[in-house]
Amino acid sequence: MRFVDEFRDPALGRSLADAIRRLAAPGRAYKIMEVCGGHTHTIYRYGIADLLPPNVELVHGPGCPVCVIPMGRVDDAIAVARRPEVLFTCFGDMLRVPGGGGTLLDAKAEGADVRVVYSPLDALRLAERHPDREVVFLAVGFETTAPSTALTLRQARARGVANFSCLCNHVTIVPPLAALLESPDLRLDGFIGPGHVATVVGTRPFEFIPREYGKPVVVSGFEPLDVLQSVWSVLDQLAAGCAEVDNQYSRVVTRDGNPRALSALADVFELRPHFEWRGLGFISSSGLRLAPAWAEYDAERRYRLPGVRVADPKACQCGEVLKGVLRPWECKVFGTACTPERPIGTCMVSSEGACAAYYNYGRVARQGAAS
Amino acid sequence: MSPPEVAAPAARERLVLERIAARRARPALFRDARIGLAHGAGGKASRDLVEGLFLPAFDSEALRQLDDAGRVHVDGLRLALSTDTFVVRPLQFPGGSIGTLAVHGTLNDLAVTGARPLALTASFVLEEGLEAAVLETEVSTMAAAARAAGVELVAGDTKVVERGRADGMYVCTTGLGRVDRRAHTSPRRLEPGDRILLTGPLGRHGIAVLLARGEFELDAEVASDTRPLWPAVDALLEAAGGRLHAARDATRGGLGSVLNELATASGVGIVVRERDLPADPVVAGACEILGIDPLYVANEGQLAAFVAPDRADAALAALRAIPGFSEAADVGEVVAGPPGLVQMDTAFGGRRVVDLLVGDPLPRIC
Repeated sequence: MRFVDEFRDPALGRSLADAIRRLAAPGRAYKIMEVCGGHTHTIYRYGIADLLPPNVELVHGPGCPVCVIPMGRVDDAIAVARRPEVLFTCFGDMLRVPGGGGTLLDAKAEGADVRVVYSPLDALRLAERHPDREVVFLAVGFETTAPSTALTLRQARARGVANFSCLCNHVTIVPPLAALLESPDLRLDGFIGPGHVATVVGTRPFEFIPREYGKPVVVSGFEPLDVLQSVWSVLDQLAAGCAEVDNQYSRVVTRDGNPRALSALADVFELRPHFEWRGLGFISSSGLRLAPAWAEYDAERRYRLPGVRVADPKACQCGEVLKGVLRPWECKVFGTACTPERPIGTCMVSSEGACAAYYNYGRVARQGAAS
Repeated sequence: MSPPEVAAPAARERLVLERIAARRARPALFRDARIGLAHGAGGKASRDLVEGLFLPAFDSEALRQLDDAGRVHVDGLRLALSTDTFVVRPLQFPGGSIGTLAVHGTLNDLAVTGARPLALTASFVLEEGLEAAVLETEVSTMAAAARAAGVELVAGDTKVVERGRADGMYVCTTGLGRVDRRAHTSPRRLEPGDRILLTGPLGRHGIAVLLARGEFELDAEVASDTRPLWPAVDALLEAAGGRLHAARDATRGGLGSVLNELATASGVGIVVRERDLPADPVVAGACEILGIDPLYVANEGQLAAFVAPDRADAALAALRAIPGFSEAADVGEVVAGPPGLVQMDTAFGGRRVVDLLVGDPLPRIC
């Protein structure tokens, strides 16, 4: 595959791994957080941890959109999906996320009409094809997916589709990062920045991290060579004693982002005063909802939602995993009570979730590396 | 960081992993309140259903083998019996249709247990309103496929259900075969050192069906690989005889699921080399765009064979000599352990686990 294989070249990978090994000071331990779940997936899928020296550790961050959805919001989604007139649509990974009362998949087996879509536009097309049904799209994700939701709503209005609405759970990446950096138990040396989010918002919103906290950020692409190069670049900054935002993903990311996507976001969404994050608690100005001008497409206004806050299960340590304080296997229930087939926490659900990625791909590779 | 500090968490990690391995080795339990699509997807839920409900209820020596076909011994004659139901949507797709699948699928389940197919039966569940022309096409397709494989269709049944109770038509076929004299295969016969031969590129069937549904707005020329596999098994037996330890067609759940099943059944480990897997560039591209791992995509004309190392090269050469099998490749080997664990050396140079899938990555494809 052209434009893909080039970024998976094993020879280049080996030489980057050598360069990383040379750069990492032997007496020092490095902890680098990859913010985005997409990077977590790449790291496990290609076995990248194997290629790093033992004193360079990658810590998984809060950037898996499925993992950060709190249980109460899942219950809200299920309540809407169970309504007889509703044809409920969502991305595949949301199906198995446990709420307080089961999952969307359980609701589907019990008769709710829940369908997987690959894009919000597919949901809009379903609404046009089923004018007698109320099609609801469960919108999740960071600034990466929010523009496609915004454009879909614009299209719904332009085409006069009235039987379509959106249950909005979009979130923004900077507030949880800021919360994380304020957390007293955090010990990180630098960040691999979220390339897809940065495609939309640019690299500028991450500049506070080196400026105020003195930690390097390297905005990275998602192929294995991208990630290795970004690790090298973080180490390079640390070795030089500097901290800045470096743009490794310059083939698509600019400093100011994508102005059209940003204007679509500003048009359709507004910030919620606060939003609950799974395991991280309430974070101010971190969630998006539909702006008043788009109220008629807002499922939160169209349907009465239970809106009950459900506390995370006691045994679940997703919060610590999302903050990078615990490695997945250090969670009390990892792999025993909490498995991909019966997840307790969200990190065990999506392929971008740190626990699921480690469970599915990483179990033995790291065991080999450690021995 | 001093070495003891590095070692301590590593030792703890190993303990956690051992605890998980012990837990995974426990027998399957079926404890779901309702049937979900995942129970039919060939992954973990399917395993729980089959080994947790069906197996204990219908317990028999043949079933306990968990092979693709059951062995029946009649007056010293070794026979194999297999049955399969086909519910694919759409009924027709590039490279095949429900009719071709219904014949090849069952014959291949016989073939990979080392049985030369002898006869077939077919049951049809038809939906009220199905166009007669569609049925006629499928019936003649099935007849032609059976003839081409040298098998007679000897019995059948028809049921019609109300509109909306079936997707046009479902077909169930049952096949009878005679276990070849040379064949001594079993899912439990994998041995460390066995080489793994794969007959061709992965994922054509699953991707062809997926694209034929037109839900993804992807235009790509991919045809299903549905075909009979007896010629391949025949060649493997001729080249390796009893040194062919096992064969499995990589249908639902793909190669990843098949390797997991056999590693568990034999209590061995498996290591696959990603760079040696034959690939169809169009399938690879579609999988890349859709975020699907080709290792778990269904095939209807590919098998994985586990051959003792001394006969592996001869077996591979024999496979490649059959028309349509020139892309066959040596893709990995059986190792002593960890038992039940499948790993892949990635083309990029790392190593990762290839686990059983939890849910259903794809809609109904066979």
